[in-house]
Amino acid sequence: MAERQSQETTARTATGTPLKARPARAISLLHILTAGAIALGLVMAFLVAPREATMGDVQRIFYFHVAASWTGYLALAVTFVAGLLYLRRGERRWDRMSWASAEIGLLFITEGIITGSLWAKPVWGTWWTWDPRLTTSAVLWLVYAAYLLLRHSIEEEARRARFGAVYSILAFVAVPLNFMAIRWWRAMHPLVLNSPGFGMTPTMLITLIISVVAFTLLYMTMLSLRLRVARAEEALRQLRLQQEGLT
Amino acid sequence: MKQLIYQVGTVIRKDLAVEMRSRERLIAMLVFALIVILVFSFAFDLRVQDAAAVAPGVLWVTFSFAGMLGLGRSFVREREDGCLDGLLLCPVDRSAIYVAKMVGNLLFIALMEACTLPIFFALFNLALPPLLLVVILLGTIGFAAVGTLFAAMMAYARARDLLLPVLFFPIVIPLLIAGVKLSAGLFDGQPWSEINHWLHFMIAFDVILLVVSYLSFEYLVEE
Repeated sequence: MAERQSQETTARTATGTPLKARPARAISLLHILTAGAIALGLVMAFLVAPREATMGDVQRIFYFHVAASWTGYLALAVTFVAGLLYLRRGERRWDRMSWASAEIGLLFITEGIITGSLWAKPVWGTWWTWDPRLTTSAVLWLVYAAYLLLRHSIEEEARRARFGAVYSILAFVAVPLNFMAIRWWRAMHPLVLNSPGFGMTPTMLITLIISVVAFTLLYMTMLSLRLRVARAEEALRQLRLQQEGLT
Repeated sequence: MKQLIYQVGTVIRKDLAVEMRSRERLIAMLVFALIVILVFSFAFDLRVQDAAAVAPGVLWVTFSFAGMLGLGRSFVREREDGCLDGLLLCPVDRSAIYVAKMVGNLLFIALMEACTLPIFFALFNLALPPLLLVVILLGTIGFAAVGTLFAAMMAYARARDLLLPVLFFPIVIPLLIAGVKLSAGLFDGQPWSEINHWLHFMIAFDVILLVVSYLSFEYLVEE
C-alpha cells in the first residue's frame, strides 16, 4: 500500500514538475504534525478524557464538534482576508486561497453541524433549535454554499475572483450581525468559554485544546493540498492554451 | 455632490421611464406578493388557531420573496443589447450607478409593499401600527442595498434566476429576524422600550451593508 502510494506521488511529481517550477514534497513537516496531533487527539478524546458525569460518553463528541466548528469559522476569516488581498493586489494566488478555504470551510462546518445535532438529540431532546450558534452555523453553511455556487456560475476568471471576494466580504460582515441578532432573541447553546474553569476538568480542557490544534492543522494541510491542486489546474490550463496557440 | 445627485437622478429617470412603458417588473412583483400572502393565508388557516401569531412571519417572507423577484429583474434589461456596457460607458460614476439602481429598487419594492399591505391587514384582520411603516422601510432599504449588488453580479452569471435567492437570503437573515421581532412586538402592543433595540439593529445593519455594498460595487463592473 505504502509502496503504491509513493509510486503514485512520484508519478504525480514527475508530471507536475515541468508544469510549475515548484516541486511539492509529497510529505511535509505539516503533514506529520497533523497526523501526530490527530492521533494524540483521538487517544485523548476516547481513552484519556474522563467520562462526563451527567451526559456520559455522548459528551466526547464535543471535542470533535467544537474543533470542527472553530475550523469552519476560521476558514471564513481566511476566505475573507484572502479575498480582500485579492481585491487590493490582484494576485491570483490570493483568489486561489480564498476559494480553497471556502471549500474546506464548507466541509468543516458541515461536520460541526452534524456532530452538534448528534449531541443535541440525547442531551437537549431535539436535533435542532434556533439558538444563536446553531443559526449562525446554518447561515455560515448557506454562505459557503452560495459562495461556491456563485463561483461555479461565472465563466470569466478575473470576474469570478472579484465576485467571490465581494461576496466573502459581505458574508464576513453579515455572519457576526446574524449571531448578534439571534443572541438577543434566544440562547440555549452551552457557553463553554464563559463559565469559570469552563465547567471541565483539566484533562478535558487539555483534550479540547489538542483537538482544536489537530483540526486547525488538518485545515492547514487540506488547504495546502487544495492549493497545490489549484496551481496544477491553472498550469494545465495555461499549457492547453499555449498548445492551442501553437496549432 | 451636486453632480452625483444629478447623475443618480438621470439613471433613475431612465429606469422609471423603462418601467412605465412596460410595467412588467412592478406587476410581476405585485402579483407574486399577492400569491404568497394568499397561499400562506389559506395554508395556515387549516391549522393555526391564532392567525395573528404567524402574521409577522408571513409579512416578511412575502416582502423578501416578492422584493427579490423585482431585484432580480433590475439588471435584466441592461443585459440585453449591450445596455450595461452603454451604461458603464456613460460619463457617470460607477458609484452613481449603484446608488441609482439601489434607489430605483427601493422605490419599486416600496410601491409593491404599499399595494400589498392593505390586503395583508384585511386577510389577517389586524390594525396597522404606524411605526410598522418605518420598520418596513428600514427592512426594504437593507434588501435593496444588498440585493442591488447581487443583481449586478447576476448580470454576468449563468443560472442567474436560481442563484440570486441563494446569495441574497443568507446575508439578509439578520434583517428578517429584526423585522419579524419588531412587527410581532408592534402587533402585540409590547412597550416600545422592550423592542426598540431591534430598530437600532436594523439601522446599523442598513448603514453597514449600504457602505460595504457601495464600496464593493466598483469591483463588480470593472473591466
